[in-house]
Amino acid sequence: MEYDVRITVNGERYQARVPASLTLLRMLREVLHLTGTKEGCSIGECGACSVILDGKLVNACMVLAVECDGSVVRTVEGEGAMDKLSDLQQAFVDNHALQCGFCTPGMLMAARELLERKPDPTDDDIIEAMAGQICRCTGYETAIEAVRRVARKGQAGGGK
Amino acid sequence: MTVPFHSDKHRYVGGNAERIDALDKVTGAAQYVHDMAVPRMLFGRMKLSPHAHARIVRIDTSKAEALPGVRAVLVGSELDTRLGLYMIDKFILARDVVRYQGEAVAAVAAESEDIARRACELIEIDYEPLPAIFDPEVALADGALLVHPDLHTYRYMKGVFFPRAHSNVAHHQKIRKGDVDKGFAEAYRVFEHKFTNPPVAHAPLETHVTIAQYLPGSRAQIWTSAQSPFTVRNLFAVAFGLPHNSIRVQIPYVGGGFGGKAGIHLEPLAWCLSRKAGGRPVKITATREEEINTLPSRQGLKTHIKTGVTRDGKITGLKVQFLWDAGAYADYGVNIGRAAATSGAGPYEVPNCWIDSLVVYTNKVFGTAYRGFGHLEVLWGVERNLDLIARDLGIDPYELRMRNVLRAGALTITGEKVTANHGRPDLCLEKVAQEIGFENRPKEPVDPKKLPLRGKVRGKGVALLQKAPAMPVFTACSAIIKFNEDASVNVLISGVDYGQGTYTMLRQVVAQELSVPLDKVQVVFDCDTATQPYDWQTVASRFTVMGGNACIEAAHDCIAQLKHVAGQVLRAPENELICEDERVFVRHTPEQSLSYREIVLGYTYPNGNSIGGPIVGRGRYIAQGLTHLHPETGQGKAALDWTYGAHGVEIEVDLETGDIEIVHIASAFDVGKVLHEGMCRTQVQGGVIQGLGSALLEGFVFNDKGRMLNPSFVDYKLLTAKDLPRKMSAFFVETPQLDGPYGARGIGEHPMVSVPGAIGNALRDALGIDFHDLPLNSERVYLALKRARTAKA
Repeated sequence: MEYDVRITVNGERYQARVPASLTLLRMLREVLHLTGTKEGCSIGECGACSVILDGKLVNACMVLAVECDGSVVRTVEGEGAMDKLSDLQQAFVDNHALQCGFCTPGMLMAARELLERKPDPTDDDIIEAMAGQICRCTGYETAIEAVRRVARKGQAGGGK
Repeated sequence: MTVPFHSDKHRYVGGNAERIDALDKVTGAAQYVHDMAVPRMLFGRMKLSPHAHARIVRIDTSKAEALPGVRAVLVGSELDTRLGLYMIDKFILARDVVRYQGEAVAAVAAESEDIARRACELIEIDYEPLPAIFDPEVALADGALLVHPDLHTYRYMKGVFFPRAHSNVAHHQKIRKGDVDKGFAEAYRVFEHKFTNPPVAHAPLETHVTIAQYLPGSRAQIWTSAQSPFTVRNLFAVAFGLPHNSIRVQIPYVGGGFGGKAGIHLEPLAWCLSRKAGGRPVKITATREEEINTLPSRQGLKTHIKTGVTRDGKITGLKVQFLWDAGAYADYGVNIGRAAATSGAGPYEVPNCWIDSLVVYTNKVFGTAYRGFGHLEVLWGVERNLDLIARDLGIDPYELRMRNVLRAGALTITGEKVTANHGRPDLCLEKVAQEIGFENRPKEPVDPKKLPLRGKVRGKGVALLQKAPAMPVFTACSAIIKFNEDASVNVLISGVDYGQGTYTMLRQVVAQELSVPLDKVQVVFDCDTATQPYDWQTVASRFTVMGGNACIEAAHDCIAQLKHVAGQVLRAPENELICEDERVFVRHTPEQSLSYREIVLGYTYPNGNSIGGPIVGRGRYIAQGLTHLHPETGQGKAALDWTYGAHGVEIEVDLETGDIEIVHIASAFDVGKVLHEGMCRTQVQGGVIQGLGSALLEGFVFNDKGRMLNPSFVDYKLLTAKDLPRKMSAFFVETPQLDGPYGARGIGEHPMVSVPGAIGNALRDALGIDFHDLPLNSERVYLALKRARTAKA
């Protein structure tokens, strides 16, 4: 069975006819060609596919595209603007908070969702928010520090 | 006009500039093979063996072939090519026999992932299960079943590896120094201890993925998530008997490797599928389960150490047996058994040493390189062993190490003379011990019986480490620097930066050597064997030294060419010219100068005459002075350079749950020279956490049939942000390596080595219980506490 899905991703509206079994992750990557969002395990364990769906952080591999009809999705491609990094992106750059970079899009989304939900997070809040994002390279400390710096500046918000 | 000769304007080495790849990676613009699609691309999938050891009786692919959308089905009997880096022992798909659960037996290429998956399900295979062998000790026994009955017919790198025909031994590495029996005879006491490490997963976030296309004329186009473009190409060429220049391997951004993407993996299978599908490109993306259970892992290890020591703790003799659990194939694993044996005594002076390092086939997922290349495993035993001895002799473990540590003038166990420029393990140990207050810990031994049932106790431990690059004696690297119109440069080099930050460091080196701003230097990310110069493999923490030296030489070549042209125009001898801040000056009349921009593509005189031409710098570096190790004694020079280091750790153990929390881990390494502060620091942070994973959590679990029970992130846990030490600190000692770039050595692998030993030693300090087996998960600690409490005195 195929269904029409209307979805807004990073402020742009899309419409596509997709099979019922297609995940949001595969729709983003294979139908909309937004490949910034990664697949690391496909069973909701690693967080590489984290996106913000209607304001909530989800593993896009665990959500069906048909469930997202009428929804608003944000991915790494919507973080910051062309040639202007968001504060979070800039903090990740400044802190060397990435190595291979494969988990970075998911990390940024998890951090963004936290800062919107809680603009003044404690260290425990940050760790809790990042705990679902597996990173094999960095050991997390630099990413936590990047989020901490943005939070302390107290001006969480995209670069737009 | 004043010229700021020797100014600090373009001094970048030692600095902390932002990562060269950061912008692409924070915006989602970075493209990995995972993200790539090419026109008419098909999707490949593998059919895996459910048995650890079985004869393939029948394969029926007719239903799979009949499925609409299926374009090719392959089985092992169609492919008679064996692959391997050092030991050429693995078919592309299993033929006749499967040797581990998870091994690929057949493969499909189809119009979609879903069709390919369904087609794999439709392939019918009848197996006749065979007895299997899972323990390297059992595999060594007389009359043990043979995982590879035809081992004596296999091709392998001769003179370096020594497989034992009609056995399960893929390689026997011997190290013989002095007279070990004499060493034991001289000893005040002789100790024997055993240690084990389980096999573990690399777990890069991007699984192995490759796109391969069969091109007319039996050529190959390959995009792959791999560490070593030229080794992929070379092994591919050798396997299929193709000219090297008919194969093009391209590597864009890579989502982590840790050794697991060294060598060659899915590329040949994808190409064979493409060939069968009429030349349509085929993409194979390993699932996470395949990444863990089909693609290779870190080998398991069993260590048996016998140590003779004097009354004051000086080692007189050391006899070690390392049994490496190679799994079903020893392709790359044989070299781990070789290389790690050269570190089999740790960074200590041992006058009499006898090591047998045996790489043994079993019916489990096979092993390969993993960050540290056997050193985490070997040093787990070495460093725990020393603490056990120290306690029995009543000597402080720090003091025992200091009495035996390698110092200038000592001979290593392979006969290499340690010099003042080798690096200083003693200074590393001193630093970390100081940082964690090792001296001030309570010295009274803990009796586990007297520990309360609840609450937390603390302990401290230290451990030393060493590692040299493990690589063939002829390992080489080259670099090309080419100038663009605006006098910016592109650096072409074929070591891959899969996250470790080498390109960021190399940019600093090149900018400084050319005296240009950092943003004028681009180290090109897509590695391409068709356009970039040769490099052997991106492994072994060798790229800083070899790539750094090659880039320096290439920059010097550019400078010489700049001066050659400028000298003619400025009518000055080249040795009177100075290149600084993007200009060439005449030293004593600096008002005479030319900008790089005027020269880099050729200089044009006012009348139109032109000289010079585009400047392309060439640099290369080949490992200096390495020798093959003597087959019977292991004596020789295997090491390009040694990076020494140490960890000191304070832990807190929950007496009720056995859970370990890291209060503080301090790490120090003698890197020779910190070339990039941030890249060094972040390598240490990430490596220490990966080492903590090996120490505290990670390891495969198999059932009695050899089926892996934890091949997913549900059951195979990695550390998360919640598991971090309360405090981590990194320190660098800088004893210059004379042949390193600016005196530098590698640091990629070392941070994870010896982390388990430090934790194990701290655990002993906290609980009075000795642990010999990894991982030190809460279950193991809890059960050991329970046993100790109930044990009769």
